[in-house]
Amino acid sequence: MSLNEQKNQQLNQDQSADQSLDPTDRRLVELTQKGLPLDLHPYRTVAEQLELEEAEVIDRLQRLMDRGVVRRIGLVPNHYKLGYRYNAMTVWDVPDEKITELGEQVGALPFVSHSYERPRALPLWPYNLFAMVHGRSEAEVEEKVAQLKQLLEADCRQHQRLYSRRILKKTGMRIKQRSNNSTAKDSTAK
Amino acid sequence: MSGSSNTNRAADAAALSAEADLSSLDAIDRQLINDYQSGFPLCADPYAEIGARLGIEAEEVLSRIETLLDSGFLSRFGPLFDIEAMGGEFTLTAMEVPLERYDEVTEIVNSFDEVAHNYEREHQLNMWFVLACESREHTEEVLEQLHKASGIKPYPFPKLQEFFIGLRFDV
Repeated sequence: MSLNEQKNQQLNQDQSADQSLDPTDRRLVELTQKGLPLDLHPYRTVAEQLELEEAEVIDRLQRLMDRGVVRRIGLVPNHYKLGYRYNAMTVWDVPDEKITELGEQVGALPFVSHSYERPRALPLWPYNLFAMVHGRSEAEVEEKVAQLKQLLEADCRQHQRLYSRRILKKTGMRIKQRSNNSTAKDSTAK
Repeated sequence: MSGSSNTNRAADAAALSAEADLSSLDAIDRQLINDYQSGFPLCADPYAEIGARLGIEAEEVLSRIETLLDSGFLSRFGPLFDIEAMGGEFTLTAMEVPLERYDEVTEIVNSFDEVAHNYEREHQLNMWFVLACESREHTEEVLEQLHKASGIKPYPFPKLQEFFIGLRFDV
């Protein structure tokens, strides 16, 4: 078994604890995953649609947040529209035995928005360390890529940066509607 | 091979969206965007709470958010869920799409609810998307369906370790 396969198995085991949502939480997720209703009392509106008390909706969302099911509640900016037009997925081929150490160093850089170890797909794809870099200009991104390169140079066998050319879709997660409850109608912010 | 590596990035980037006109954002809009990418209040009167901090009425907070959504500065507003904390998984997946089929394949891939985002990138693997599935089996199933529907082999790159995730954009 390769190191990657072992790690994958480990990840699967870590995730095997029962994390499934109770039916009410599931309906709450289904109803709010496209956004909160745009009115002055969004949680009350959601509560009415689920036939719950407003306090229970707030309490359930808080518990989902504590469990990490809700990462955050907030405004999701369209980064292109805000001027962050340039994003590069930088990918690096580093030795498996150093990936954790290097990944943590990369992740600690303030301009890296996500960083992951992912499996290689040889021969097409030799890279195992991914780090996403955003900027308002190509020069800004290139400057950040240069900093990453400096950090990884000694250990990195090859690397690339893949600029995005277009956003083709950006909807976020959508779980399928399981409940047939007619009150659990779509309530989109947009 | 995609022939996309010699393109003019600035032109492409400009085509990604309408020209950003940040001058239409006043100080309060900026403060809203900067301060509430997370931490939108979880209480009965969230807009009143925000309004009290920004010195405006609750109604104005709501109408500003509506305007920011309509003008495209915000793409969404509400809870962001982590399917992994529900026992599911996100899987970055790539495809090598022949340029002459790019639009058609984009439509096929985007038609899957499980595709949360999708980007065109400059590489032989020129389409990169994230699958959000409720289980490993669900992911396998969707990968197979994608392959069948498009005729193109998807390469899944599931995460083995996460080092950091903290995306935010200040204006």
